[in-house]
Amino acid sequence: MTLNTLWFIFIAILYTGFFVLEGFDFGVGILLPFLGKNDLQRRTIINTIGPHWDGNEVWLIMAGGATFAAFPNWYATLFSGFYLPLFLILLGLIVRGVAFEFRSKHDNPKWRNLWDWCVFAGSLLATILFPIAFANLLRGVPIDANMQYAGGFFNLLNPYALLAALVVTLLFTLHGASFLSIKTTGEIEQKAKELVRWLWLLVVLLVFIFLITSFIITDVQEHINFFTIVFPVIAVAAILAAGYFLRKEQFGRVFLMTCLTVAFFVLTIFALLYPNVMVSSLNPDWSLTIQNAASSPYTLKLMTIFTLIFLPIVLIYQGWTYWVFRKRVSSEPENLTY
Amino acid sequence: MDVLLLARLQFAITIIYHFFFVPLTLGLSLVVAILETIYVETGNEKYKRLTKFWGKLFLINFSIGVVTGIVQEFQFGMSWSEYSRFVGDIFGAPLAIEGLTSFFLESVFLGLWIFSWDKLSKGLHAATIWMVAIGSNLSALWILIANAFMQHPVGYTLSDGRAVLTDFSQVVFNFLIFTHFPHVISAGLVTVAFFMLGVSAYHLLRRNETDLFRTSFRMAAIIGVIGTIAVGVFGHAQGQQIPHYQPMKLASLEALYNTENPASLSLIRIQNPITDAEILDIRIPALLSFMEYNRFTGEVQGIYQLQKQYEEQYGPGDYVPPPFILYWSFRSMVGLGLLMILISLFALFVDLRNLYGKFPWFIKLLPWTIALPYLANTTGWILTEVGRFPWVVYGLVKLQDGVSIVVNSGMLLTSLIGFILVYGLLITATLYLMFKYAKAGPMVAAEVPAEVTPSLVNPPDSL
Repeated sequence: MTLNTLWFIFIAILYTGFFVLEGFDFGVGILLPFLGKNDLQRRTIINTIGPHWDGNEVWLIMAGGATFAAFPNWYATLFSGFYLPLFLILLGLIVRGVAFEFRSKHDNPKWRNLWDWCVFAGSLLATILFPIAFANLLRGVPIDANMQYAGGFFNLLNPYALLAALVVTLLFTLHGASFLSIKTTGEIEQKAKELVRWLWLLVVLLVFIFLITSFIITDVQEHINFFTIVFPVIAVAAILAAGYFLRKEQFGRVFLMTCLTVAFFVLTIFALLYPNVMVSSLNPDWSLTIQNAASSPYTLKLMTIFTLIFLPIVLIYQGWTYWVFRKRVSSEPENLTY
Repeated sequence: MDVLLLARLQFAITIIYHFFFVPLTLGLSLVVAILETIYVETGNEKYKRLTKFWGKLFLINFSIGVVTGIVQEFQFGMSWSEYSRFVGDIFGAPLAIEGLTSFFLESVFLGLWIFSWDKLSKGLHAATIWMVAIGSNLSALWILIANAFMQHPVGYTLSDGRAVLTDFSQVVFNFLIFTHFPHVISAGLVTVAFFMLGVSAYHLLRRNETDLFRTSFRMAAIIGVIGTIAVGVFGHAQGQQIPHYQPMKLASLEALYNTENPASLSLIRIQNPITDAEILDIRIPALLSFMEYNRFTGEVQGIYQLQKQYEEQYGPGDYVPPPFILYWSFRSMVGLGLLMILISLFALFVDLRNLYGKFPWFIKLLPWTIALPYLANTTGWILTEVGRFPWVVYGLVKLQDGVSIVVNSGMLLTSLIGFILVYGLLITATLYLMFKYAKAGPMVAAEVPAEVTPSLVNPPDSL
């Protein structure tokens, strides 16, 4: 395996980590105003992701930094080409990030309500825009001979991308609801479980519609190989298995299955892209690939050494935080302190 | 409007805003870690209350620093795509390593620290805030390594019109890093010192929690003396490096138009801010040579000669960073730095001799001095970055060659206005909360029972 391929895999893993982890905390953010009837419940809901969301978000920063370091042309073309959606994602992440910290710092219903809606809006905005960006990567975007994006903002808002946004929004909401169902107690837990049942049905339906559409609209047929078959099969099997565990009331396993679903859908996208990183819809020769977008072998080697040393360490201590906070968050007022 | 101008304006605004919060994060993380360690070692509840009080202010400051930092990570690609293509092979590595070694560390362990007061042992809990402090200060190192490449590129070769890394150790051990890193770290210490002095003075004046705030005051005064002197020493060392890699920056910040040997130092210069036409300039002979070379002789090149030299070397163009901005940002930074040395020394003197009652005006003045390090931090970076003009990477890429090609002025204007609006609202909320909690004192933090019943299944929401 070449270093270029290895780095493509690293970046796929970073995005996978980001979407699996931040996927459920986006979902929790979207559900916050609806599942939390009062301040106490909302506080409880936020506390389920409180210790984790910031660390989860670093996976995105890491993915961005790794793309910059390993595939500068990919980073440059993608980030300048998708300027406005990225700007909106940034606004969403900013507003959402400070909202978690600021909401509890002032005991006023209007203040708290404002920040709760900021959590909702920021989470929703990011959840909608990421799949729009990725669907366009898969579908191909106008890239000229000089590796420059030649489309506009509204090129990105095509029906296929919007369908992807819908599927992912519901999938993340389901992911968040299944997380809440194992991290809360009482009324929130019950409501979350109820929601998981409804959302699961919808997500399964939409996933199938999306898969069929992808088959028709994109050139996935030309990318048939071991990974592009196995990955989506695992993703679909996982979402179906989630239904099975749902029936058996095993919500821990439901959450595990939604994790797998998100992970393998992200991996499918990367498997379909390979060896391209951005497909040009104008001329296949103008596509960005893991070769023409890459850094020098020396930089890739150097980065590989750093990653192989530090990424396992990160996984250990981040995994440990989930172990420390493994218990459910109950919303009894005497326990919930502000 | 001009794309280049908008892109520069947006970068300047977002980075200044971001760095408004960074120095306090660097310094305060260390202070909170030290306080909690003392609590663990002595078991003295006073230090726990201090940890919680300063920790709460740390969290408000940290969260806005983090979210505005993400913007910076993305902005290189968004509005400076051609710069990113050119330097990605080199510049991307420290950025990615920063994420891997620092951002994960500070973010993951901060989440733990906030929520695990009743879940981890005392020692382990204190260790988590040390991880945050190490992560934050380490991230300063990596980003300064990246910045040093823009100021003084080393360890690369040019190939196919872009810079390719040849020696990573040269990039990491860029000679600038030995002054820039300690300068920034000590600036963090100065910022936290003045922040703590000001807040402590506010409470001491009101005889509120005198014991706690006397301790904070003394700690801050000591950190302040160490920090301000260190900033000055490393700043001076930085100044002595400038003629060796960016002589134009030196000429501009000294408003030295013609090469001199020995070179004079401008004591005060009044100029037309737009045209830089001189109205008054009082100069001390040979002092600039002394400042740069430790002897009263030595050539310092002037703006006119350098401009001519660069035109021959790099082709026609303007190579003069605006002297008005550089001259005054440099003098503001240095002036504020010297003033802060005096204030810190006096604060330590007042505390050690217990002269609080004798100098009430000084104690009343201190809350206002919180602004000083912020002004010095900002003017310092304006000097460093504006002084790089017209280069993004010194001597290699000019500003106009680094800006994104496909981003138009409408897009930039949209994002610029968006950032200004959101950042404006956020600073309002941040300042409101900072004032509220700083004024409230440790009572609010103390109300939060940290080690409640063991049956507690939920964490305290935050400090």
